[in-house]
Amino acid sequence: MSKIIVMTSGKGGVGKTTSSAAFATGLALRGFKTVVIDFDVGLRNLDLVMGCERRVVFDFINVINGEAKLNQALIKDKRIENLYILPTSQTRDKDALTREGVEKVLNELSKEFDYILCDSPAGIERGALMSLYFADHAIIVTNPEVSSVRDSDRILGVLNSRSRRAEQGLEPVTQQLLLTRYDPERVEKGEMLKVDDVLEILAIPLLGVIPESQAVLRASNVGMPVILDEASNAGLAYSDAVGRFLGEDIDHRFVTPQKKGLFSRLLRRSA
Amino acid sequence: MSIFNFFRAAPRASAVQAKERLQIVMAHERAGRSGPDYLPMLQQELLAVIAKYVNIDENKVEVKLDRGGDCSTLEVNIELPAREQAKAASAAKPAADKPGNDHAAAKRSVGGSVGNAGAKKRI
Repeated sequence: MSKIIVMTSGKGGVGKTTSSAAFATGLALRGFKTVVIDFDVGLRNLDLVMGCERRVVFDFINVINGEAKLNQALIKDKRIENLYILPTSQTRDKDALTREGVEKVLNELSKEFDYILCDSPAGIERGALMSLYFADHAIIVTNPEVSSVRDSDRILGVLNSRSRRAEQGLEPVTQQLLLTRYDPERVEKGEMLKVDDVLEILAIPLLGVIPESQAVLRASNVGMPVILDEASNAGLAYSDAVGRFLGEDIDHRFVTPQKKGLFSRLLRRSA
Repeated sequence: MSIFNFFRAAPRASAVQAKERLQIVMAHERAGRSGPDYLPMLQQELLAVIAKYVNIDENKVEVKLDRGGDCSTLEVNIELPAREQAKAASAAKPAADKPGNDHAAAKRSVGGSVGNAGAKKRI
């Protein structure tokens, strides 16, 4: 039986798709057969971030509507064994997502995959609701910034009331926080909410802290999940987060400013 | 940087303000979320009925739902105006309620509770 994870946030632009791509890749790297599904119907982007945009023929909506078979729509990643992408439609709208249709596709996927990762669109409309409805685990992507934190709290409320697990009175969806775009230097200056502040407000366990990093843009430029950039702090932080998700005990890195040598201080270089 | 700045108290960090503002707004939002959907409507309709008879301040009404294991209570607290104001109101409104207590209490409150045993409503 596969586990269904939703990567969600409420607010847009906080790093859901970047995190979905990285997380799915991380799970596959550890040997789990993983599929990542784009739920952002009409605003397809996971394909670009994963670097498979030119291989999309059929999509999630085609499968829901019976216009294509699941195997025709699934794209196998060229770099990583065990990793598949189910892109969404760029022309349809979110009404194309029906609960029955989504359920049918998830049931079929769960026969084959260890993990099904649902990349939620922003907002709390149909697309976002469908992406979280069947979830067993939720990863809440949050930036250390007021509007993102508030929207995350809102989406936690939605998970607790409108997910399948909530509606059927089952064990609740597990919720973990992924704090992204964290800048320890600004935190030290008192210009940014601390990890502990966000944890205190949202009151859910911390899965990982991803530092603000230029590697994220570089990776998306070339269609490579940032977790594959093992020289970058962001890539390492995602790798740690995947390990923690799987139950490993890993210390949090990159939460305090990195000590700068005399040379870089003289040059006023920032990492 | 001037040496005098060194002794000056640092301005309050903006991150501290962010945290405080979030805590306040979210406490409010969470309280609103934990009630069932019909509470705001119920509150408005109750108010409309009472306002027909008594001059009340809309901000001095509290509707609260407490849910226990097999019994829920709905509590409605309405603060009535002081007696002078009440008099003015009853003059203006033909079917005004006459409060039984004539003490010059500055504030009066009507409390009511409705128990509905076994009520189950998912929120």
